[in-house]
Amino acid sequence: MHHHHIILRVVTKMLVGTIILFAFYVQFHGDFSPGGGFQAGVIMAVAFILYGIVFGLNKAKQVFPAWVVHKLVALGVLVYAGTGVASMLLGYNYLDYGAFNPHHPSHGQHWGILAVELGVGITVTGVMVAIYYAFAGRPPPMKDEDW
Amino acid sequence: MIETFINIILFAMLVLTALAIVRIDQLFGVVMLSGVFSLLSALLFVTLDAVDVAFTEAAVGAGISTVLMLGTIALTARTQKKATRSGFVPFIVVAVTGAALVYGTLDMPSFGDPNAPAQLHVGPEYLAGSITDIDVPNVVTSILASYRGYDTLGETAVVFTAGIGVLVLLSGLARRRREDEEEEDA
Amino acid sequence: MINVDFIIGHMNYWLFIVLMMTGLYIVVARGNLVKKIVGLNIFQTSVFMFYISIGKVTGGTAPIYPVDSQGHIQVDPSLTYSNPLPHVLILTAIVVGIATTSLALALIIRIREEYDTIEEDDILKIERELSAQDSKAHGSAMGGRA
Repeated sequence: MHHHHIILRVVTKMLVGTIILFAFYVQFHGDFSPGGGFQAGVIMAVAFILYGIVFGLNKAKQVFPAWVVHKLVALGVLVYAGTGVASMLLGYNYLDYGAFNPHHPSHGQHWGILAVELGVGITVTGVMVAIYYAFAGRPPPMKDEDW
Repeated sequence: MIETFINIILFAMLVLTALAIVRIDQLFGVVMLSGVFSLLSALLFVTLDAVDVAFTEAAVGAGISTVLMLGTIALTARTQKKATRSGFVPFIVVAVTGAALVYGTLDMPSFGDPNAPAQLHVGPEYLAGSITDIDVPNVVTSILASYRGYDTLGETAVVFTAGIGVLVLLSGLARRRREDEEEEDA
Repeated sequence: MINVDFIIGHMNYWLFIVLMMTGLYIVVARGNLVKKIVGLNIFQTSVFMFYISIGKVTGGTAPIYPVDSQGHIQVDPSLTYSNPLPHVLILTAIVVGIATTSLALALIIRIREEYDTIEEDDILKIERELSAQDSKAHGSAMGGRA
C-alpha cells in the first residue's frame, strides 16, 4: 500500500491545505456569500477524511487525534449554547445578539452570528470526522483483494 | 424558456438514476449512483435559487455520504441477493401513496406563483429585516443564525446526538469487548 | 376541461412525487438494508426538492443582497428574491439527514456482525429459528404451554 498511488498521494498533499483554507473561507464569509457553519464543517471534515483514505487511518489519527475530535463534538454545541447564556448574562433574551453591542445592535448581530456559526462548524467537523474514524476503525470481514 | 429546458433535462437524468438504482444489484454501483443523484439534485437546487442548499447537498450528499456508504459495504456485503419477492404488492402500495400525494397537490398554488401563501408571510419580513436589523447580505445566514437561532441550536444538538450514537454503536462496544478479553486473559 | 396552465404549474410537484415514490419503492420492495437506506435517501432528497420548489418565485433570484466595496448592502428594488425560509429549513435538514443516515449505517454494521447477513429475509429467518429454539427450551419448563 505504501508505495502505490503516488499520484493520489502527491495530489492529496497539495489539496488538503487548499480544502482547509476553503473551509475557513466558507465559514467566515458565510455572511456575504453562500456558506456558513454547516457547509464549512463538512468541507473541513472532508479534508481529514481524504487524508485518512489516502494515507491510512493511523496517519490521520496522528494529525487529528480521536480524543481531540470527541472533545470538538461537544465543544461546538457548548459554544452555541454559551453564546445564548452570555446574552442572558448581559440582561437580554437567550440568543438575542443585540446584547453584544447595545449601542449598535446590528454590530452585535454580526458578532453573535459569527460565534454561533463557529459553534455549528466545530460540531459538524467533529461529528463527521468522528463518524469516519468509527467506520474506518472497524475490522473488515474481507481482505482488499476480495473486491 | 432555457430554465424549463434545463429543468426537464435534470429531471430526466434524476429519474433515470433512480430507476437504475432500483435495478442494479451491485451495491458499489448503487452507492455511486446515489452520489450522482445527490449531485444532480444539487444542480436542480441552483436552478431553484437555493444556492446555500445546493452547496450543502453537493458537499454532504456527493461527498461524505458516499464515503460512509462505501465504508459500510466494505464492512458488510458487496452485492444484494436477487429479489425473490414479486414487486407487485410494493408497486400497488407506492401507486396508492403517489396518487394520494398528487391529489394533495391539486389545491396547491402554481409553481413560482409570487402570490402563494408561502410567499406572503414571514419570508418578506425576513428579507426586509435582514437589511435593517441585522445588516447581513446573505439572508439565509441571517435567518439561520439569528431569526431562527433556536431551530439551529436544536439541529446542532441533533447532529451531536447522532454522532454520539454512532460512537456508542461502533467504537464503544469494540473497546468494551477488548477490555473483556483482557480480563479473560488475566 | 383540461387546463394547460394548471398542468404546467403543477408538473414540477408531480415529478418530485414520482422521484419520492421511486425511493419508497426501493425501501419497500428491496430486502438489502444498504439499498433500503439509499432508497430512503432518494425519498429524502426528493422531499427537499419539493420543499425548495415551494419557495421559488418566478423571476426571482437567490436571496443574497449585492454589496458595494465597503461591504454595505445595496438594495436594488427591481430585483425579486425567492423565499429564503425553506432554504434555511432544508439546509439544516440535509446535515441532520447525513448524521441520522450514518447512525442507520452503523446499525447495519452491527446487524451484520450479529447475524452475518444484511438481507432482511435472512435476518427474519434467523429470528424465527431463534424464537422457535427459545420456546422449545423454555416450553417444557412452563408445562409445554409456551
